[in-house]
Amino acid sequence: MTEAVLEIKDVNLAFKGKRTVLDVLSNRPSRDVHALNGVSLDLRRGETLGVVGESGCGKSTLARCIVRLYEPNDGEILFQGKDVFEASERKDRSYNRRVQMMFQDPYSSLNPRMTTRQILSEALKVHDMCKEVDIPEKMSGLMDLVQLPEDALDKYPHEFSGGQRQRIGIARALAVEPEVLIADELVSALDVSVQAQIVNLLLDLQERLQLTILFVAHDLRLVRHVSNRVAVIYLGRIVEIGDSETLFANPSHPYSQALLSAAPSLDPDDKGKKIHLEGELPSPLDIPPGCPFHVRCRHKTPKCTTELPRLRPLDGRGSVACHHAEEIENV
Amino acid sequence: MTLKSVHSPILQVEDLCTTFGSGIATIPAVRDVSFSVNKGEILGLVGESGSGKSVTLRSLLGLSRRYGETTGSVYWKGDNLVVRSEADMRRIRGGEIAMIFQEPMTSLNPLLTVGMQIDETLKAHTAMNASERKARAVEMLDLVGIPAARSRLGEYPHQFSGGMRQRVMIAIALAARPQLLLADEPTTALDVTIQAQILDLILSLAKDFDMGVVLVTHDLGVVAQTCDQVAVMYAGRIVEQGAVRQVLRAPQHPYTVGLMRSVPENVPPRTPLYSIPGTPPSLLSLPEGCAFSARCPQKTVLCEQSRPHLTNETGERAVACFSRVETQGDAVA
Amino acid sequence: MTDLSLSSEIKPSRRPSRMQIALRKPGFMAGAAIIGASTVLALFPNVFAPHDPNFIDYLAVRQPPSWQHPFGTDLLGRDSLSRVIWAYSINMQMAVLATVFALTIGVIIGALVGYYRGIADMIFGRVVDAIITFPFLVLVIAVVAVLGPGLINMYIAITLVGWVYYARLMRAEVISQMTNDYASAGIVMGYSDLRIIFRHLLPNALTPIIVYWMTDMALAILLGSSLGYLGLGAQPPQAEWGVLIAEGRNFITTAWWLSLMPGIAIVLTGLGFSLIGDGLADLLRPRG
Repeated sequence: MTEAVLEIKDVNLAFKGKRTVLDVLSNRPSRDVHALNGVSLDLRRGETLGVVGESGCGKSTLARCIVRLYEPNDGEILFQGKDVFEASERKDRSYNRRVQMMFQDPYSSLNPRMTTRQILSEALKVHDMCKEVDIPEKMSGLMDLVQLPEDALDKYPHEFSGGQRQRIGIARALAVEPEVLIADELVSALDVSVQAQIVNLLLDLQERLQLTILFVAHDLRLVRHVSNRVAVIYLGRIVEIGDSETLFANPSHPYSQALLSAAPSLDPDDKGKKIHLEGELPSPLDIPPGCPFHVRCRHKTPKCTTELPRLRPLDGRGSVACHHAEEIENV
Repeated sequence: MTLKSVHSPILQVEDLCTTFGSGIATIPAVRDVSFSVNKGEILGLVGESGSGKSVTLRSLLGLSRRYGETTGSVYWKGDNLVVRSEADMRRIRGGEIAMIFQEPMTSLNPLLTVGMQIDETLKAHTAMNASERKARAVEMLDLVGIPAARSRLGEYPHQFSGGMRQRVMIAIALAARPQLLLADEPTTALDVTIQAQILDLILSLAKDFDMGVVLVTHDLGVVAQTCDQVAVMYAGRIVEQGAVRQVLRAPQHPYTVGLMRSVPENVPPRTPLYSIPGTPPSLLSLPEGCAFSARCPQKTVLCEQSRPHLTNETGERAVACFSRVETQGDAVA
Repeated sequence: MTDLSLSSEIKPSRRPSRMQIALRKPGFMAGAAIIGASTVLALFPNVFAPHDPNFIDYLAVRQPPSWQHPFGTDLLGRDSLSRVIWAYSINMQMAVLATVFALTIGVIIGALVGYYRGIADMIFGRVVDAIITFPFLVLVIAVVAVLGPGLINMYIAITLVGWVYYARLMRAEVISQMTNDYASAGIVMGYSDLRIIFRHLLPNALTPIIVYWMTDMALAILLGSSLGYLGLGAQPPQAEWGVLIAEGRNFITTAWWLSLMPGIAIVLTGLGFSLIGDGLADLLRPRG
């Protein structure tokens, strides 16, 4: 668990805002959405790295950058040492084969006019995964892998439930025998009991196929359950990253602490120990100066309003981007 | 039906059934649902998609009439709402009984300012004059925690963020001081930190105004943190109901047990989660026996032949199961 | 865990087929009947026309409708019914030929600019703006004036102007389909752009195009016969509804049947295409 498969280095991405003629004339700066602001992390072979944060924090943007759906303005993403956005690498579609993505919405992520058989055989044919004659066998193997009955091959997406569609999405990704899977909110659209089925499937597949997984989700309980390591993102920046159990048992960043305590526990007597975060997520159009979290933080000092804390390793814990991580006691 | 209380219930629902469609293809969306809500009490209706929890909520206000038929009784202050005319219902909706929805943006009118929308509700349901209504509007926005309330009255819904919009919707819903609030997944579209704020708001408003609340949710955590009573629904029926602490501490219906164990809380990480096998049955072809029997780990021959009734042995808990689970406190370790 | 019966879902397990839905739509069925009959007439006018449409009989000029000539005869004594029936060939041909090239070109260009956006899309936007500022008919007449009158030139003129409308529709539809994750999935799977555009996006974006195509065929018949009337399209003695109406124009008070019968034919086919278009909008939607 040491070799990094994917290295993300200081990635920045801003979506350009529309500028009207009036804006240009009055010399107003364009209103860009700063989705990612210097994100760096390594994805190590065989691990599951969880990425958590609230909506709009940039976690899905990060996932989409990794599979080249978006191109960062700055920074690089290295796959086995090569920058995937370099011109020669871009032409190489084998990267897309080796790093696959699974999507959140079970309804829009499958082409409504294609049967499961067409969806899977297209993937197998385009990447020449096996001989033409072996395709049927390969497909029934895939259906087996995602635990769908064989007759599902000749059905259209609208004939399946949400959980079954996600299984087809997983089968499509696995058809091309990837090394890395990016799971963007894979189960958040599903009912709890179906969520558990899909999570179990993912854990099982990871072990059998030795997959490396980036698990993006907003549900902390799920992320805690599936991840070896976890990164907490706030306004396009990693504020804390570290070993999953350590981080969840002992969060160091005030935002991680608040996020954890806000998740509703199943224990009715667990009320009242909450850290209440005041206010809401600032708009990514206008990220506050200094520490982006200072406007909602209970522990802020004048330093926090001016100086951006860097991600730094902490003894016995992961890395934290907070000036006062040592002084802040856990609740 | 539920906990005997010193309060008399303000809402009493008995044998509520809602059927969609007509002719041969009828869908039994809700069947024999009974519960009651006391003043200041929060009842959670919990279940997965298609369980009938939202339809139940809508049927209380007669909102399902347009698509199907509702029978049974909904006693509101002793008055059966199921048989009341549409005109009567309109007076009650938004006045004595208010409702809030999952997606505030679709239930707020984008073309009217927030102030105008509160004013509209007050005009319809109270006898207040213009200046009283204005004062109430400011008071409501203030109450739900919107900073600079007076100046934001003139703003449109799109000028508020997601969490603030949900607060605005609550402010509008509660402006006419309803005695009952029906909330349909009010925090599902929100982030956890905002969800916690909104749930706290609903909780404190219920206590301050002595208002009953029926909260529909799919999240057992939300129930644990917010509700006093809970009813678990499956395939259109209540399968277990009782006080939250009792139900969540010692669930007795195998479905409730399964739901609770599916949540990855207090489970060793990266181990297989408990999952209920299969998917819910189609409402069009429900089995003769217990609707859960096909997925139930402890089904017997009896379960496939006849349907267990919601029985109420201890006086506090009701469970619809022939072989209820007797594992005290096991689900929440 | 593996026990996932596919039928156990909360939606009707047996859905009616597209055919069954179509049969329950009287408007769509009426449209289909009209266009079906028109197509048969267009393909086999010789079978249905009682007389030779070009047989001149100076002894039976401008006769009112009778058993022998149900639509009467024209100023050269030709049988009006036979001429209206033979005109089906030309006018139905217009409906197809004046639209199908515009549709093909428009769909391809629209799909490409919708997928790639960028500079090509900006140029496309200017071209569209330039073309749609002019009224459609004026522009077509201008092009015909340059190329010279006649059917072929008329088709060229309508195609040159008409593709823009298909392209605009297609572009918008592709852009909206791009927000669906199946398009992203195609990119992530490493599929070629052409495969994503033509195998995945196009079939899902085609429904509004086909609905518009039906309306456009009605318009093409109207436009084609207008140009025929003005002498810019089909040329006499060719039997074409616009030409027929023009021939009867001077006798509208005395021999009203000369203009009325082809007029009814235009209205009827136009109505047929519109009814089909309405029905198709519902039928072609993917289920889900």
